[in-house]
Amino acid sequence: MPANGAPTKITQGSQTKGGIGESTLRPDGTLKVTGEFAYSSDMWHEDMLWGQILRSTVAHAEIVSIDTSEALATAGVYAVMTYDDLPAEVKHYGLEIQDTPVLAHGKVRHHGEPVALVAADHPETARRAAAKIKVEYRELPVITDEASATAPGAVLVHENRTDHHAGHVPHPNIVHRQPIIRGNAAEAAERADFVVTGDYYFGMQDQAFLGPESGLAVPEEDGGVHLYIATQWLHSDLRQIAPVLGLPEDKVRMTLAGVGGAFGGREDLSMQIHACLLALRTGKPVKIVYNRFESFFGHVHRHPARLHYEHGATKDGKLTHVKCRIVLDGGAYASASPAVVGNASSLSIGPYEVDDVEIEAIALYSNNPPCGAMRGFGAVQACFAYEAQMDKLADAVGMDRVEFRQLNAMSQGTIMPTGQPVDSPAPVAELLRRVKAMPMPPERQWESSEGPDVRQLPGGLSNTTHGEGVVRGVGYAVGIKNVGFSEGFDDYSTAKVRMEVVGGEPVATVHTAMAEVGQGGVTVHAQIARTELGVAQVTIHPADTQVGSAGSTSASRQTYVTGGAVKNACELVRERVLEIGRRKFGTYHPAWATAELLLEGGKVVTDGGEVLADLVDVLEGEAVEVEEEWRHRPTEPFDLRTGQGNGHVQYSFAAHRAVVEVDTELGLVKVVELACAQDVGKALNPLSVIGQIQGGTTQGLGIAVMEEIIVDPQTAKVRNPSFTDYLLPTILDTPTIPVDVLELADEHAPYGLRGIGEAPTLSSTPAVLAAIRNATGLELPRTPVRPEHLTGKA
Amino acid sequence: MDFLRPASWEEALAAKAEHPTAVPIAGGTDVMVEINFDHRRPEYLLDLNRVGDLYEWEVGEESVRLGASVPYTRIMEDLRAELPGLALASHTVASPQIRNRGGVGGNLGTASPAGDAHPALLAAGAEVEVESAARGSRLIPIDDFYTGVKRNALQPDELIRAVHIKKADGPQQYSKVGTRNAMVIAVCAFGLALHPGTRTVRTGIGSAAPTPVRARAAEEFLNAALEEGGFWDNGKIITPSVAKQFAELCSAACNPIDDVRGTASYRRHAVGVMARRTLTWTWESYRGTRNTSEGAA
Repeated sequence: MPANGAPTKITQGSQTKGGIGESTLRPDGTLKVTGEFAYSSDMWHEDMLWGQILRSTVAHAEIVSIDTSEALATAGVYAVMTYDDLPAEVKHYGLEIQDTPVLAHGKVRHHGEPVALVAADHPETARRAAAKIKVEYRELPVITDEASATAPGAVLVHENRTDHHAGHVPHPNIVHRQPIIRGNAAEAAERADFVVTGDYYFGMQDQAFLGPESGLAVPEEDGGVHLYIATQWLHSDLRQIAPVLGLPEDKVRMTLAGVGGAFGGREDLSMQIHACLLALRTGKPVKIVYNRFESFFGHVHRHPARLHYEHGATKDGKLTHVKCRIVLDGGAYASASPAVVGNASSLSIGPYEVDDVEIEAIALYSNNPPCGAMRGFGAVQACFAYEAQMDKLADAVGMDRVEFRQLNAMSQGTIMPTGQPVDSPAPVAELLRRVKAMPMPPERQWESSEGPDVRQLPGGLSNTTHGEGVVRGVGYAVGIKNVGFSEGFDDYSTAKVRMEVVGGEPVATVHTAMAEVGQGGVTVHAQIARTELGVAQVTIHPADTQVGSAGSTSASRQTYVTGGAVKNACELVRERVLEIGRRKFGTYHPAWATAELLLEGGKVVTDGGEVLADLVDVLEGEAVEVEEEWRHRPTEPFDLRTGQGNGHVQYSFAAHRAVVEVDTELGLVKVVELACAQDVGKALNPLSVIGQIQGGTTQGLGIAVMEEIIVDPQTAKVRNPSFTDYLLPTILDTPTIPVDVLELADEHAPYGLRGIGEAPTLSSTPAVLAAIRNATGLELPRTPVRPEHLTGKA
Repeated sequence: MDFLRPASWEEALAAKAEHPTAVPIAGGTDVMVEINFDHRRPEYLLDLNRVGDLYEWEVGEESVRLGASVPYTRIMEDLRAELPGLALASHTVASPQIRNRGGVGGNLGTASPAGDAHPALLAAGAEVEVESAARGSRLIPIDDFYTGVKRNALQPDELIRAVHIKKADGPQQYSKVGTRNAMVIAVCAFGLALHPGTRTVRTGIGSAAPTPVRARAAEEFLNAALEEGGFWDNGKIITPSVAKQFAELCSAACNPIDDVRGTASYRRHAVGVMARRTLTWTWESYRGTRNTSEGAA
């Protein structure tokens, strides 16, 4: 027993009920299922006003004039604001590059860009008044793809760039470029017996969270503002909001409101600044809630991508080289584009071993809708393309597609294209083996004695086939995703843990700024506290900015990083509790000084199980509280010319087998089963793990067969901003998803865990596409695949 | 916006006469979407929810008189035998919640080419019962009802009271293509009804022309082919070449557009596939019942 009070190396046992490894239920689960959970859009404040945003009706134009007089004269309107009314010197914000104007200034760069704000005493009044604002536009040519972005004389989406990528990009309409060169792909290509190439297109997917952007800004007596908001990262919002309000950060208080899903779409600001501006201008609380239509314009989407790949292999099936070029369309503002480029390039060859690679990824500035973070973050688009390539190459070599992948699969010790060694388990071949070994779903499940069960057929209740034209196909895919923020980012989290006696019981309180967006962090934090502190009662404090940053709820990082911070804070609390115990009771038993001590079942016990004291007695009259930052091991930026660098913290792997039935005449698809095998390191909450895997799998299915924001290539306007025409999978589109969870500990991570939320979104899409190709014999180089692509009627 | 709430059919007609621009609302599954998205801002909303008899139906000798507000759920559950085509169409309408609220009157009032009920009504044969305070009621044949994109034959002072749909005298089928397996707006749809009594076949096509349409040339071709080959009597399998030509003529009856839901070329193709399949299904069913009844005789 170290006498200096340094943390012991003991991992707490799982004697305490509700600790890690158990499928404890979400505290908010019942409320959400019964419709009683208060989402951010449900908030109400006495005397509050409603904010409304006027958005551009064109994609690219100079603003000639804005006339707000009629709107201002509308009864019930309290304020109308344009760029000229912004109170501070700082008028732009952005996650990495501050290129986004709070309100359009002189120019609009995409369809739906915020131009003016209205606050009124009724949402309908605000909406009517906003419609009365007259904006005169002088339209500019639209940049919609790489060709128009880099054409001679192309209009610059952003003039006079000064951001830190401006210096190394080949054109000002390119946000960021990341090449990765390792080995010599040209030389290696000469060794190849088989070379396959392909051009692929990945459509624009929407996060389509069900709770639209919403929040409530309440002005405070000290001249500050309190914002109740659904977001993914309170402190990142705060850092962007305070400067444009002209307030120090301590005068902008933020509390997390009920979040109805995020998937990356709440990493960027939406209505945060607008609500605060209107609240400060009017001196009244202001609520803003987007409807679904506005939500499609109010957040960034997944980058659509064009990808060109060349793969080579020897006749015995070993990969010789990969060359690829990935063009991501970032749209009008940078958002997370630079980091998406980093991911797309560094993970572009997938979970395979190849020594000779030549990779380039870029993100464009265009007049299309801004794109940024979405589950899978750059790795998704690449996985779709490299897995199609792996099938093509296996066929060329004449090998079984799964065996070909297994032969080239990376493993612990493999060197990434970035030169970074993979230093924890990478069971890629094993995941493929497991997913292939799962029993196949029975054939022709629609047949019954009472005729065809159309729910089991492509088209479902639309009754398009009773088995005619239906062909089954099977496809496999595997992917690799990084966990946590990469490229040298200081990706820390903070946790405050308090332990005290309440009502005669020891109680732990966990306070973090982590945004609970549905991932289950609130469940896991309580489990960690129970495990580490041996208490039954854990209170999860509401997330706010009264505690240090927890980083973003994204990049599959929260259980790792904020979970790690909670674990760390609990360990420090435990040491302090034991110090108190030693001080109070040390003389009563020699084990206080000699044994390794644990907190279990509300007691201090020795590692041999002997009880030394009740926590209630130890903590009587004393509360212990620790707030501490915690960091995973540092990463490095990628070299701008070679892409070399230890850029990632951890990798996450999942494999899928898709079984589809395709009505080959009508081009309709029924995904029958999507089996998944994933290594999760350690399942802190097995039920949540299964939920994440099934959810990620389904989101991947969506972009395979239906989800796509359609942007008119002539006008750059969004054509389907509604759930009528942006289709999400219904339960009849969602297959059985058997999951095989592997737990190979990563010794660098808390409890050996691996971030899990994104990996299943990667491999799901290419597995479904591979299965459809298998059923139809078509090449299908784009996703989502639509009926006209399967019938030659595009 | 004024909200008019008549307590009876007569009051509703009077309100419509007084405010011809009033938009009738029953289930609200179309109108409320348009209002919520600010696509439409009617001066008056005419709420028909208190007019109880709109929710009733009567099964007569020849036809079913279906109140305009009878929800799709009721049609699916209670009128499957009498109106099999419309019951199948009702299954494809949106979600269970919407099917509990929406009815055929709304589909007819909106007259969108994508309305799910239209192909089934065209194929079965129907008349729309409309009424005004000034001129009383009249029956509009379904073939004359759709006059343009989201336009119908109603006069400004008229309201839809009911639809008279011929009871099935033979097998009926309905197919709809959408890009997901439930809760989807039609990319295109097809209804087919065999009428052994008159030895005719009727069709209905949705979402593939500015209005719902019948494939008349296809019907005439098939009627002639069936007659010529004595198919109604001998119950033979329809030859693939006949089915193929019928399908091609159904495709030819389309006048579709490219839009976010699908291409014109795909719509034409899909209507042909659905025509061929639904013909096969209905004809197989007709042969089956024919053989069964012969066996029993």
